[in-house]
Parts: sequence; structure tokens; C-alpha cells
Amino acid sequence: MAETLEIRWHGRGGQGTVTAAKVFADACLSGGRHVQAFPEYGPERSGAPLRAYNRVSSKELRMHCPVLKPNIVAVVDATLLDGIDVTEGALDDAVFIVNSAKDPKELREKLKAKPTQRVLTVDATKIAIENIGRPLPNSPMVGVLAKVSGIVSLDLILEDVKKSFGKKFSQKIIDGNLEAVKRGYEEVREG
Amino acid sequence: MPKIVAVTGNEAVAEAFRQVNPDVCAAYPITPSTDLMQRFASFVNNGKVKTEMILVESEHSAMSACIGASAAGGRVITATSSQGLALMWEELFIASGTRLPIVLGLVNRALSAPLNIHGDHSDGMGARDCGWIQLWSENGQEAYDNTIQAFRIAEHMDIRLPAMTCMDGFIISHSIERMEYLDDEAVKNFAGEFRTLNPLLDIEHPVSYGPLILPDYYMEFRRAHAEVMSKVSKVVLSVAKDFEKISGRKYGLFETYRLEDAEIAFVILNSAAGTSKDVIDEFRNKGIKAGLLKPRLYRPFPYEEVGEALKHLKAVCVLDRADAFGASYGPLYIDIAASLYPYKERPLLINKIYGLGGRDYLPEHAELVLNELAETAKTGKVKTFKEYIGVRE
Repeated sequence: MAETLEIRWHGRGGQGTVTAAKVFADACLSGGRHVQAFPEYGPERSGAPLRAYNRVSSKELRMHCPVLKPNIVAVVDATLLDGIDVTEGALDDAVFIVNSAKDPKELREKLKAKPTQRVLTVDATKIAIENIGRPLPNSPMVGVLAKVSGIVSLDLILEDVKKSFGKKFSQKIIDGNLEAVKRGYEEVREG
Repeated sequence: MPKIVAVTGNEAVAEAFRQVNPDVCAAYPITPSTDLMQRFASFVNNGKVKTEMILVESEHSAMSACIGASAAGGRVITATSSQGLALMWEELFIASGTRLPIVLGLVNRALSAPLNIHGDHSDGMGARDCGWIQLWSENGQEAYDNTIQAFRIAEHMDIRLPAMTCMDGFIISHSIERMEYLDDEAVKNFAGEFRTLNPLLDIEHPVSYGPLILPDYYMEFRRAHAEVMSKVSKVVLSVAKDFEKISGRKYGLFETYRLEDAEIAFVILNSAAGTSKDVIDEFRNKGIKAGLLKPRLYRPFPYEEVGEALKHLKAVCVLDRADAFGASYGPLYIDIAASLYPYKERPLLINKIYGLGGRDYLPEHAELVLNELAETAKTGKVKTFKEYIGVRE
């Protein structure tokens, strides 16, 4: 991992993207790491495109502005790819994680990713519907992030999901989310 | 044991308020401070604090209720932003002139019109001369720490003045960052029992508040207020020393970053100071002697100490996240200029207005200004004294 890991999330209002960034930050706290999680606030309408960001570092994080050169770009809603250049500013060794049933090779072409950049896909919406009963792709995306970032274990992420969802949701919803995180971790494909 | 958490600035300040456990809170919601007060109100509702929560119909009423409760003899808090603080304005002077140690969490936001909910220092700057103490904070940790210290400063028997703690709306108030919470017990002991001074509710010792003072004595009251203000710095430093003992975190009247041997420097408030520090490190790596001064105690402003800290520099840029229309320069610039004026040898001083209405302050902006400062230091020539940056012209 680079000294500071910077993640940019692209999602739509109501998909749990901001929650995902928060859960990931929480899980990364262990080991004395410094974390940030923050959305780009605009008109907060369901379905409207939004960005959220994470920074994780062993050093104190002082930068208080959007992530401009992400190591990881997480696209929670692939329909955004038609309107937004999600590759903007991404580092040469950046990893793109796209919620899509498509083959990662197809997405690589669409993104025009550099050969040095990695493109991964996971059908997070399908996983969510099967486990949570609703198209909330954030939990499987967090699972993928755990795997790709390599800085936090799956167990730690699961523990954190349990903690952050525990206060608000029923056991059934919590279990569904835990399973969704696991399946994201396992089912991500690279191309 | 301190607890490591990942929380927003609003959560952190609400937590500080919970730990201090004030007697009364009167508030009216306004973005981006709504979330702070909502969290505190839930502490009240869930019995986590003994605070009496007074929900009012406006910020003017909120501050009025705070004044009443404080004069009655309670430890009192509130929080607001932007137009909310503007609507309190009249009452702010009454709180300070009556010497009531109310603590206000200000989540800095732009003023209307046009309507904008984002981070900007116009609200706090508009209230800078209202006789309150102002502590400004770079991040959630500082906002939490400043809030806890604000009670001790405001309630000090030599001071008895209201205090507001400032943090950037959204950039800090709604961003999750790692920080350390102190133990409930440690905060409780640090804040101590609230000590009343001439409480209205002490009916054995009746007192009057808010009398009419005509020309025969009004000026003496103002003079006395100024005298009290002059004692604040010392109290801020002694409270900071005590706070370091329980937290391990050092605070002063302002923070200096790589300033001692610097030739060029920024003076900048709140969250943008953090971004600037990272860019200053890059310039240092290139051999450019850059540094930074971040005011913490902004009112009363420590003119002498700031002047001493900056006088050796060749060129300084004061970055203001607020403009003072018609005053030629941003409010922070004017204070820094006043701090440096007494010195024969002083740095060239320029002013940049940035980040209004939540416009991003990016590393590239800091780079641009540092390059200009390096050039100014070399040539001794100022390109422009005041300029907007990050704006479409």
C-alpha cells in the first residue's frame, strides 16, 4: 500500500455509498491508522450522482479537500459511466472496482483503462437483492474493497458492519449484509 | 483510557457537550450545525445528560433563552451556523456585555444571499467584534478539544465571557476522521463544577441584570470589557497546559508550522491549514523555506505574539475564507497587518480570498500562492496586494 491510500466512490443518492465509505473508514481504524470518510455534498436527492472519498494512512491526515488522484475508484452504479469520467486523475496503478454483471474486460475497454491499471467487476446489485432483498450494492462493494486494498481483513470488515448496522437494523438485515460483504469479497472478477 | 473513534466534527462537538453535561441548551436548527444539535438533543432525550433542552422559534430566541438561563446561574450551550449566528447578532452583544459564559458551537457557513449552505468564515467574521472569545479549529479533534477548553476559559472567574468554537461547515462538520475521545470522567473533572457569579435565581442576594447605563458610565463598562479581554490570552494558555496533562495534546494561542526558519509563510484559519501544511512540506523538500501560522484564539487577537512570530519573514500571504466588502482586505489580513505594523522590518504582506461558499481549497492553490511568495521574497516586489483565487474572472 502507498503511504496514503486514497479512494474515490461514485454512486447515486440512496445506494448507501456514504455509509460504505464510513464502514470502510471505521474498519481501517485498527492498527493506529488515520482515516477520513467524507461525501461531496450537493442537493441530496435520491438517484442523483454523488461522490464520496476515503483516505487511509499511517500518518496524520491533514489534507481537507476531495481526493484528486485516487489509488482506488469504486463505481457503485455502472450507469454513471456514460455520463462521468470516473478515471479522471486516477493514478497509473489505480484499481477500478465497478458494480456490474459484465465481464471486467468489457469494462476495461469502456473505461479506456491504462494497461498498468486494474479493472475489477462484481455484480453487487444481484448479490444485494439475493441477500438483503433490496438493490443496495454498498455491502458487497465494501467486501471487494477489503480484498483489493489489502489493509483490512474480511473478518474486521464483517465485525464493523455488524457494529454499524447493529443499532439500526434487524438481525435478518444484518446477516444479509454480512453475507453480501463476504460474497463481494469472493465473487469479484478481474480482467 | 482515551477512545479512538472515526467520527464527524459535529459528532465530536456533540460528544464534548455530552461529557461536560451543561444545565441548559437552547437552540434552533440550521445546516450544517443541525446534525450537532440533533445528536445532542438525542443525548438529552435518552437521559445521557441532565441538560434542559429549550426548543425555540428562532436563533434570536435561542440566544435570548441562553442569556436568561446563564444569568439565572446555569452552565449554558448552543450551536448554530450562518444566518443563525447573524440572527443572534443583537443578543451576542448582550451575552458578552452581561459577562455570561455561554459556550456556542459555530459550524462556519457562508452567508446569504445567494443562499449557500457550505463552509465559509463570513458568519464567524461577522461576529468577531461582539465581545465573545473565538477559538478556531482545523479538524474534528481540535473542535472537540477547543469545545472542552472553552468552558474553562469562558467560566474562569477573571474572565466570565461567552466563547464560540469554530469549525468548517461540511469540510469538518460532516467529514469522518480518526480522533481521540477523552474519558467522561476526565472531561467532567477538567470542566469542573459550574461556579455561579451573581445568579439571578439566588433570591437571598437579589441582583439586577441589563440596566440602563447612560453616558456617565457606559464608557467605563466598555473599558472594563476591553480589560477583561486583555486577560483572556493568559487564561487560554493556562487552560491549554492543564488540557495537555489529560490529553497529551498541546495548544497555544496559535499554531506555527515550520515557521521558525521560514522565509515565506501562510496565515490561514481552520481546515485549509491542514491542506497547506502538506504542500509546505513539498516546498521544503524542494529547498524552499516555507511555513505557516494558524490562529486559534482569534478573539481576542494576540497581536503582539503574532507579530513576534511573523516579523522575521520576507513575504507572508494571509488567506481569508471571507471578504470584507469595502474594507479593501479580508478580515484576517487586516489583523495580521495590524500585528506587523509596529515593526520597522517586516515581511511583505499579501492577501488572497479563497474558498467562499465551500469552493474547494486545493493543493494547487497553495502551490500557486507559495510560488508567488517565493518570487516576492526574491524580488522584493508585490504583484498584487489582494486577489481572489480559485475563481472564474
